[in-house]
Amino acid sequence: MAELTYREAVAHGIAQEMRRDPSLVMLGEDVGPAGGVFTPTEGLIEEFGPVRIRDTPISEQALVGAAMGAAMTGIPVIAEIMFSDFVAVCWDMIANEIAKTRYMTNGQVSLPLVIRTANGGSARFGAQHSQSVENWAMMVPGLKVVAPSTPADVVGLLAGAVRDPDPVLFFEHKGLMGSKGEVPDGEVVDELGTARVVREGTDLTIAALALMVPRALLAAERLEGDGISAEVIDVRSLVPLDARALLDSVSKTGRFFTVEENPRLCGWGAELVSIVDEEAFWSLDGPSVRITTPHIPLPAAASLEDLALPSADRIYETVSKSVDLGSRR
Amino acid sequence: MLPAMSDDGDRTEQGPARSILGPGGEASIDPADLGLKEEDLRELYRLMVLSRKADLEATALQRQGQLAVYPPLLGQEAAQVGSAFALQDEDFIFPSYREMASAIVRGVDVVGYLLFHRATWHGGMFDPNEHRFGVVSVPVGSQTLHAVGYAMGTKLDGKPACTLVYFGDGATSQGDFHEACNFAAVFRAPVVFFCQNNHWAISVPFERQSVAPVYRKAEAYGFPGIQVDGNDVLAVYQATREAAERARTEHTPTLIEALTYRLGPHSTADDRTRYQPAEQIAEWEGRDPIVRYRRFLESTGAGDEAFFSACDDEANTEATRIREGVIGAGPRPLEELFEWVFADMPEHLRRQRDEVLGRGEG
Repeated sequence: MAELTYREAVAHGIAQEMRRDPSLVMLGEDVGPAGGVFTPTEGLIEEFGPVRIRDTPISEQALVGAAMGAAMTGIPVIAEIMFSDFVAVCWDMIANEIAKTRYMTNGQVSLPLVIRTANGGSARFGAQHSQSVENWAMMVPGLKVVAPSTPADVVGLLAGAVRDPDPVLFFEHKGLMGSKGEVPDGEVVDELGTARVVREGTDLTIAALALMVPRALLAAERLEGDGISAEVIDVRSLVPLDARALLDSVSKTGRFFTVEENPRLCGWGAELVSIVDEEAFWSLDGPSVRITTPHIPLPAAASLEDLALPSADRIYETVSKSVDLGSRR
Repeated sequence: MLPAMSDDGDRTEQGPARSILGPGGEASIDPADLGLKEEDLRELYRLMVLSRKADLEATALQRQGQLAVYPPLLGQEAAQVGSAFALQDEDFIFPSYREMASAIVRGVDVVGYLLFHRATWHGGMFDPNEHRFGVVSVPVGSQTLHAVGYAMGTKLDGKPACTLVYFGDGATSQGDFHEACNFAAVFRAPVVFFCQNNHWAISVPFERQSVAPVYRKAEAYGFPGIQVDGNDVLAVYQATREAAERARTEHTPTLIEALTYRLGPHSTADDRTRYQPAEQIAEWEGRDPIVRYRRFLESTGAGDEAFFSACDDEANTEATRIREGVIGAGPRPLEELFEWVFADMPEHLRRQRDEVLGRGEG
C-alpha cells in the first residue's frame, strides 16, 4: 500500500498501463514537460518519452480525431482534453464518430480509446472551466462513462478503461486532485460498470459520483448523529451502470437520494431515479429526491459557486427534511 | 439578403493544373515513365468504365426506389480511380461519401457498399480492415482527422505505408480540414490529402468556399500542395504516386487538389440544374475523363475496339449483378438493432433489447 494523491494516481495508472503495453500512447495539450495543467501526468514524459507522451497543437477536434484514427490501427490510445468543458469543441468526433464506429462497421472496427478529462467545479474557474458534463457523455450510445472518486479507483478504473475494447470517457475531478488515499501495491485493475457501497446504512440510500462522494459521506456522518443510518454508494461508472447495486440498496433502505454535480435537467440522477421507480417502486417508503447543481452556468465567485454545487450541508439538510416529512406523515 | 454571387467576383485563382493528357487524349509524356505497363493503362480504363456503370446503376436504383439516397460520382471517375490505383495494398483510404469508384479499385463489393444507401445497414457492409478502405463518412471533413491519426499509428508501427483521405472543396471550409493539415505537418504524418474540387458543395459554388485555390493552402501548413487536372487519370495517378511515396519515405504530407466536375446532383435528393449553369455543364461534359482517356488508349494502341467493348460488357454484367444483389438484399435481422453498440452488451441494453423485441419475462 502506498498513499497517493488523486493526481499522482492518474500518472501512476497511466504508467502502469504503459509499462504493460508498449504500444499504448497518449496525446494531449501540455501533457509532456508541463505534466498537465493539474499535473496529473507529471513524470510520464521522462519515463516514456515524447513519442508516447505527445504534446499536440491546441486542437481538440484534431487530437481526439487523430486518437480515433490511431486507435483504428489497433493500438490503444489515451487522449487528454484539458478541461471537460472542451469536449464540446470536439463533440462531433466523440458523439458522431467515435461512439458510432463499432456500430457502423458491423462490429469490425474497434476503438480502444480512452478520453481523459478534468471535470467539475469547486476551483472557482467559472462557467467555461468548471462544468460537470458526465451526463452529456452518458446520453450518447456507444460511449462508456467513468468518474472515479478515490486514488485507488483512479488507478484501477483507468486500467479497466485502457483495456476495454470500447471508447471510454474518463472524468477526473479537479476538486479531488489533492485528495489522498491508499493505492494497493502491484498491478491494480478494476471492473467498469461496478458501483461500490462506501458506507453501509439501513434507513436510506445516497448515490453519488466523484467529488460528491466525500460530500455525501460527510452528510451521512451528520445524519448518523441524528440517528439516521445512510448508505452511500459511489456510482463510479455511469455506462455501464451498476443498477443492481442501487436496487439492492434501495430494497433494503426504502429511500433513494442522488447527489449530482451536473446541472439538474437531464442529470444522471434522473436516469437512476427512473430505474429505481420502475424496478423498486414497491420497496420505496417515500419519493426519490435529487440533490443537484441548479440549472445554471457555474459562477466564478467563491460564495456563489459554493451555493451552486451540492455541499455536505445541503445534502444533510435535504435528506433530513425529506426523512422528517416522511416520518411525520 | 445575401449579396449576389457576382459581387464576389471570380477571385479564385485557378493556376495551370498539372496535366498529362491533352483534350484529344495526346500524352505529354511516355506513360512508361510513370511506371505504368500497358496492362495497367488498360486496367485504369476498365476501372473507370466499371465505376461509371456502377454509379449510373446506383442512381437508377435510387430512382426506382431501391436505394434511399445516393451521391453520384459521375464525372469524377479519373480523380478517384487514378488516385486509388496509385496506392499500394498496405496503404489505407479514408473516403467521404462519394468515392464508390475508389472503393471499386480497393475491391470492395458494390452490393455491400450500397447497403448503406439502401438503408439496410449503417455504414456499408464491407470490412474496412480487409480492403483498407474506411467507412463512409457523412459529417463533412471529419475523416481528414481520422486519416492523420491512422497515418500516425502506422508510422508508430514502423510500417512504410501512407494514408490517403478524400474530401471535397466544401470540406476545406471546415475546421477539421485545417486542424488535420496542421496536425499532419507538425507530426509529419504520412498522409495524402486528396481534395476533389468538383466546384459545387451541394448548390454553393467553390468561389463561396474559398478565394484562394485549395492547393495553395498547403503552403500555410508547410508541406507541398499540387493542383492537378482531375479529369486526367494519368496526371492524377502521377501526382498521387509521388505524394504517397513522399509520405511513406519522407513522412511528409501532400495536399492534392484535383480539379474536376460533378456531372450529377449532389445526391439523388437535389436538382443540379437549379444551380449549375448550363454552359458550365456543357463545358465539363466536353472534358469527360473516360472519353479523353479512351482517345489516348486508341492513339497509342494500348486499347482496341475489342478491349473497349469487353469492358462495356463486363460493366453491364456487373451492373446486373449489382441490381440483383441490391434488390435481393432483404432487411437485416431485427436482433442486430442492439448488436455492436458495445463490444459486449451491457445489462441495460440487454433489457432494452428484450423489451423492444418482446422477449421480456412479461
